[in-house]
Amino acid sequence: MTDVTPYVVLSAILFSIGAVGVLTRRNAIVVFMCVELMLNACNLALVAFAKQHGNLDGQVAAFFVMVVAAAEVVVGLAIIMTIFRTRRSASVDDASLLKY
Amino acid sequence: MYSLSEAAHQVPVIEPSAADGTFSLLWLVIGLPLLGAAVLLLGGRATDRWGHWLGTLMSAASFVVSLLLFVELLGREAGDRSVTQHLYDWIAVGDLQVGMDLLYDPLSALFLLLITGVGTLIHVYSIGYMEHDPRRRRFFAYLNLFVAAMLMLVLAENYLGLFLGWEGVGLASYLLIGFWQHKPSAAAAAKKAFVINRVGDIGMALAIALLFTTFGTTSFTAISQVSGAAEQDTLTAVGLLLLLAACGKSAQVPLQAWLLDAMEGPTPVSALIHAATMVTAGVYLVVRSNFIFELAPTAQTVVVIVATVTLLWGAVIGCAKDDIKKALAGSTMSQIGYMMLGAGLGVAGYAFAIFHLITHGFFKANMFLGAGSVMHGMNDDVDMRRYGALRHAMPVTFLTFAMGYLAIIGFPGFSGFWSKDKIIETALAENWVVGVLALLGAGITGFYMTRLMLLTFFTTRRWKEDVHPHESPGVMTVPLVVLAALSVLGGVLLLGDWIVEWLAPVVGEAPHHEPPLPIIVITLLTVATVAVGVAAAWFLVGKREVPLTAPQDVSFATRAARADMYGDAINDVLVARPGAATVRGLTAGDRSVVDGLFTGGSAGVKATGNVLRRLQNGFVRSYALSVLGGVLLVVLALLAVNLA
Repeated sequence: MTDVTPYVVLSAILFSIGAVGVLTRRNAIVVFMCVELMLNACNLALVAFAKQHGNLDGQVAAFFVMVVAAAEVVVGLAIIMTIFRTRRSASVDDASLLKY
Repeated sequence: MYSLSEAAHQVPVIEPSAADGTFSLLWLVIGLPLLGAAVLLLGGRATDRWGHWLGTLMSAASFVVSLLLFVELLGREAGDRSVTQHLYDWIAVGDLQVGMDLLYDPLSALFLLLITGVGTLIHVYSIGYMEHDPRRRRFFAYLNLFVAAMLMLVLAENYLGLFLGWEGVGLASYLLIGFWQHKPSAAAAAKKAFVINRVGDIGMALAIALLFTTFGTTSFTAISQVSGAAEQDTLTAVGLLLLLAACGKSAQVPLQAWLLDAMEGPTPVSALIHAATMVTAGVYLVVRSNFIFELAPTAQTVVVIVATVTLLWGAVIGCAKDDIKKALAGSTMSQIGYMMLGAGLGVAGYAFAIFHLITHGFFKANMFLGAGSVMHGMNDDVDMRRYGALRHAMPVTFLTFAMGYLAIIGFPGFSGFWSKDKIIETALAENWVVGVLALLGAGITGFYMTRLMLLTFFTTRRWKEDVHPHESPGVMTVPLVVLAALSVLGGVLLLGDWIVEWLAPVVGEAPHHEPPLPIIVITLLTVATVAVGVAAAWFLVGKREVPLTAPQDVSFATRAARADMYGDAINDVLVARPGAATVRGLTAGDRSVVDGLFTGGSAGVKATGNVLRRLQNGFVRSYALSVLGGVLLVVLALLAVNLA
């Protein structure tokens, strides 16, 4: 049985980097990339655990995540493009009109 | 629930037979005037032209039926003079079974004749009196309704049916007292009568409820058979509640204040209320409930006290009023006091109470209609200080009024002499204090009635410039003549103790009580007392110049009597003001506590929302932080649960 600890640790590090990125960066593209980073960190964890358990469940789940991520990229990038066109800015803090 | 065998049978038991033959017409007595009222009210203006004739006809037809029934009843054996007619099942819910039953016995027979007879005469009189009123048809509809309600009251076989008539009388009196609704004073008087009557009705409703819980029925027949088995306290409570009801309807102290204001209605209404219907209902209730009162001596004592207070109270008010109708109203209150006194004295007095009720019905209707005739000739002025010497201008009114006057003061031979004398006699035999007070009341009656008579028909002319008194038309004077004849001859009912024996199956026969003085002495004493009152009136009113406006520098007693013995002030201080204060307090409490709870609650929710919505600041990254924080919390919670 392979020791999956390093993979899980790597996954956690990547996830944390992504999360911090989402919370701290203003540029929508970068925030988006960080979200992708978190998703892929999850994928890594799923695959690592699948390896540990010796079945394919985790890997299948990783595929699903990838599909969802691809769809999300399409929609998300379109939104970012539209916002950029109307405001000449890709900063997430600028798009804050929808509030109390 | 009490069974028949437990009952002690101390009171006459009502054992009616089913109505057949002529008696099956019983329902018509109520039905005819009710039909008249319905046609006139629903028919609207189409009936304007002949409405008054229909109303009078219905009342007269009801009188004819009553007369037929009476003759039929006369032909029966004394023990067999009680008939019921079952019309339909009125209320049938579980244990509560109330039929629309009518009971026709010697007591209700007399009432039927009085109500329909005097009622019809008042109808006839009203044709003339209300001739120029554009709403005469409506007036006759209400009169018919009044008569029908009163007939329902005296014919009902159970307390619930009686209550129906009771409330109907209250409604009709409200409509009639406030008939001239364009006058604010009339509208207020109608409302006052209605509200004060409601107070009495509370007593009635509670009494019925108590009777039902105790006996499981409200039927007179059933209760009279088992009332002896009930507990003393229950019967006393029922008696006192019934007395409260009687006080409201019959204007007895402390619920007397409405009667004088009720003079705002047209004069025939006053005659109807005071003579044939309404105020006699309380006396009827007490006499009809003899199977309760006979077994509740405490309640009977209270009846006597209330009656004695009222008979003096009303008499004193009558002495000081310058308004002819209010003086008569004071006298009604006083005379009803005599009837209640008779009824409160128990078996010995019931028959005399009813006897006085009937003679009073004659002479008071006579005098009220006479007063209406006087007002008719005096441009509707009611101030006796502006009358005087009318005996020449209105001979028929004067003569008929004089018959009523002699009857009410108890001039020997006239109807009131026999009936009042009997009550005073019985009162003296039962309790000399009450008897002496009743005697005193007779003296005061002599005073105020003589004063009224002198101010109106004798002394000097004090008419206003534009008044030309004239005799009323025949349609008004004929009823006066009939009623005057009845006022004179009403005493024949006592011939050979006829009325006592007639009512004995209903109210029982009294053991003979020897009065403290020989009867002839009591009679002479009564006549002497009345003579003193009459003489006093002659010297104080008849021989003096009558000022046109009431003198203001008068004794406290006169001021009190003019202010209705401060009845309104007492009600104001004891009931109206505390009531208004309570309502104000409750309203304030409702506003601050109940409303405060809800408005405060919603305000709190709104304020919290105002604070919390600041979290929705529009910055995506702060939302992300909340999500992350939330996830961390969930994870920590899961860990805590798993590790614990």
